[in-house]
Amino acid sequence: MTAIQQRVSEPVSDELALVQAAKGGDVGAFEELVKRYDRNVFRIAQHITQNREDAEDVVQDAFLKAYSNLGQFQGQSKFYTWLVRIAVNEALMKLRRRRPERMVSLDEEVKTEEDSLPREVADWSPNPEQQYTQAELRDILTRTIQGLPPSFRTVFVLRDVEGLSTEETADALDLSIPAVKSRLLRARLQLRERLSRYFQKRVSGDGKQ
Amino acid sequence: MKCSEFLHDLTNYLDGVLDDRTKAELEDHLAWCHNCYVVCDTTKKTIEIYRDSQLYELPEDLRTRLRSAIVSKCQAKKKVGPQEV
Repeated sequence: MTAIQQRVSEPVSDELALVQAAKGGDVGAFEELVKRYDRNVFRIAQHITQNREDAEDVVQDAFLKAYSNLGQFQGQSKFYTWLVRIAVNEALMKLRRRRPERMVSLDEEVKTEEDSLPREVADWSPNPEQQYTQAELRDILTRTIQGLPPSFRTVFVLRDVEGLSTEETADALDLSIPAVKSRLLRARLQLRERLSRYFQKRVSGDGKQ
Repeated sequence: MKCSEFLHDLTNYLDGVLDDRTKAELEDHLAWCHNCYVVCDTTKKTIEIYRDSQLYELPEDLRTRLRSAIVSKCQAKKKVGPQEV
């Protein structure tokens, strides 16, 4: 079994030049950075807030905050990682405002390790996603990931959907590397467990698969 | 190797960051433990399905609207002065 392939990031060679120009007041250079990353910020924000309007606000607020604080960007991390950190904080603030009754924290330890032990080990169909229409599949995937605690789904989205490295994810979320790895394992196993209900091989009436 | 040890290293295995010896031990376990093989295979599929799902794509009209709002606010900040930027 081969390792999964990471999503290839866009070239960043000219990125520092864009950041420098934006720091100097070149709004056009900053607009280039917005174009480069607005889709990613929107996706991350919607995964965290689970609300379309909040995600729109997060895109605006995160980029404006980044623009206002460009002077503090030292270039030690990638601009994208720095931007993600701002966007995640904005998104968590939105989530806390909508759900004041629940503590929303990236540090939360929701369940013990045993809760991630697989219970459902039935194999899946060869192309499980083809059992459903695009709309059905989207609904299944959305509902399944929404069921994860915010700290798990945020790590999963940054690592596995957006393709950040473990180190970049730890940097963006201000978590230790072991904490990122532990949340990622549990997020992956919980999603797998939940998706198994939809994707496992079905046995027909005559006993054939 | 026990199944719990396999699970502990599953993420590192899927991410391809294990040393050769641990990787060989894991693959030896996978060769005879069907349950762990299924868990590994379906976890990998889980990741791939989400990565390819295109959930929450930003529609082009909304994208344009958000971008012009961001740019005009940046320009307004710029006019206020460098201490505000």
